[in-house]
Amino acid sequence: MEVTLTGTRAAPDHGVSNRTVALRRLARDPGAVAGAVVVLIVAVCAIFAPLIARTDPNLQNLSSTLVPPMWIAGGSGAHPLGTDNLGRDLLARIIWGSRVSAIVGICVVAIGGSIGVTAGLLAGYRRGWVDALIARITDVQLAFPLVLLAVAIVAVVGPGLWTVIAAIGLTSWVQYVRVVRAETLSLREREFIAAAQAAGATSSRIVTRHLLPNVTSVAIVLGTFEIARAVVFESSLSFLGLGVPPTTPSWGGMLADGRQYLDTAWWVALFPGLAIMIAVMGINLLGDGLRDALDPSAR
Amino acid sequence: MAAARRRVHPRLRNVAHLTAFLARRALGALWALIGVEIVVFLILHLTGDPTSVMMPPESTAAELAAFRHAQGFDRPLIVQFASFALSASRGDLGLSLRHQEPAMTLALARLPATALLGSAAFAIVLLVGVPAGVLSALRPRTAIDYAARIVALVGQSAPTYWIGLMLILLFAVLLGWVPASGIGDWRNLVLPAATLGFFSTAKLMRLTRAAMLEVLEADYVRTARAKGLTAWRTVIGHGLRNAWLPIVTQLGVELGALLSGAIITETVFAWPGIGRLAVQAVFERDFPVVEAVVLISATTFVLLNLAVDLLYAVIDPRIRYA
Repeated sequence: MEVTLTGTRAAPDHGVSNRTVALRRLARDPGAVAGAVVVLIVAVCAIFAPLIARTDPNLQNLSSTLVPPMWIAGGSGAHPLGTDNLGRDLLARIIWGSRVSAIVGICVVAIGGSIGVTAGLLAGYRRGWVDALIARITDVQLAFPLVLLAVAIVAVVGPGLWTVIAAIGLTSWVQYVRVVRAETLSLREREFIAAAQAAGATSSRIVTRHLLPNVTSVAIVLGTFEIARAVVFESSLSFLGLGVPPTTPSWGGMLADGRQYLDTAWWVALFPGLAIMIAVMGINLLGDGLRDALDPSAR
Repeated sequence: MAAARRRVHPRLRNVAHLTAFLARRALGALWALIGVEIVVFLILHLTGDPTSVMMPPESTAAELAAFRHAQGFDRPLIVQFASFALSASRGDLGLSLRHQEPAMTLALARLPATALLGSAAFAIVLLVGVPAGVLSALRPRTAIDYAARIVALVGQSAPTYWIGLMLILLFAVLLGWVPASGIGDWRNLVLPAATLGFFSTAKLMRLTRAAMLEVLEADYVRTARAKGLTAWRTVIGHGLRNAWLPIVTQLGVELGALLSGAIITETVFAWPGIGRLAVQAVFERDFPVVEAVVLISATTFVLLNLAVDLLYAVIDPRIRYA
């Protein structure tokens, strides 16, 4: 017995909802399943960090600095991935660091997605001067080196988690605009929109009740890739010293710390980088799977 | 009138379309640069008073007032913007607060180093990304294909600066083959260029593979094979030629990514380009220099994209700039 996302029971052979079909496709894609597992692990680490991490990520122990991982001579089971230059446990910091990445990823997508989807829907449905204005603003945004734009915003406003989120969010909306606008341009010519117009539906109703649900799939797929981009972006800003404060464990900040000890304690820089890579790879694989499941023609 | 239109030689008509297209693109580029100026100006005024951003926190009230007056920050905002836009359009962004030299001159002096790094990285993207993507498409589900796909996945997932650190660890610290940082001979260029190009190479490899797989399924490729053309002639003459358009589009996008990536890569490798200058300027609160770097980068990006648009016509003569 199959239960669809909308809660309606699907008939065994026919009447299966699009969402169920998409979920089945997703479940058959080994890459997407692997990606979903990674994303789930990161999410669990982020939510239950205080329960999973055995030690305080900021607890310094100057008598056991730069301890190697437990499988290398000199390592200790108390610090499975070793310690950093201040004797802080790397595993605990990586687990807590997932929290920053998760918050940044979700918030950035919320900011960029809301601005971008709204602008894309307006540009595609209204066309005319609204479309031209949004296109010009998009051109300006695309002309900027995004890292430099974010660096400049953070430098002026001051580093901090929310500044980083705002800076990355404000650079990510443009991706949604292009995709959603193109999708809306095609949808607005379809019969169901003409029917809604003929039935006297207002523009805002057409946009919110008819167009928005039809661009949601493409926005979700884009959103997953944007989460991955945001995670890397945040870690880059933290690496440059413009991200979250040093007291908050973050993968990019840990990498910046490890940079000075590359020749003596390589593990300080290796493990946070691996954490970023695996998390981003998982999100990308899930995004690829979602794209293939929701729109096989885009494969 | 229709008859007169028919009499115009198609080539002349295409030249007219190309000229109109160029004019439109130049106008769009000009607008983008004006928009960039507006954004740069607004960023500096995000906190309301740029003086607090540009002066050290320990400055006295008298010092702040003197600086505010000297920079013209006590004038109405619209007057400040008009003055800024006029100066910026002449390439005059004032003196660097730290070096007391024209900010634009300082930034332009660092441009050749970034251009060298960017060109080397772009060469890697082109010479590794495209052939690897083609090979991967030609030998699907073989060891070559899986290796290329794994490299592409890692390249698109790992942060640029971490790749840089790992390359330093392996090739500079452990093997000692190349220097870890600085600028000098070609050996200094290897690691920064490989780092900067890694992400784009991975992306291009993936795109080339997908484009080639699609083209190789096309009827004309099957016909070419049926005519007895060798596999390589079919791939180069028919496959790659038709897959070029999305690849070149992506290359244009990657040029922008390289400009952005240079900021991080130059910091990791202490490469004296405009990216590193920008980061140093941010930490030193030297905003005239930050503005100069942003304007140079944006102008370069806009011009490179214009060049990519023109390349389309060379690659695919069917494109008419109507």
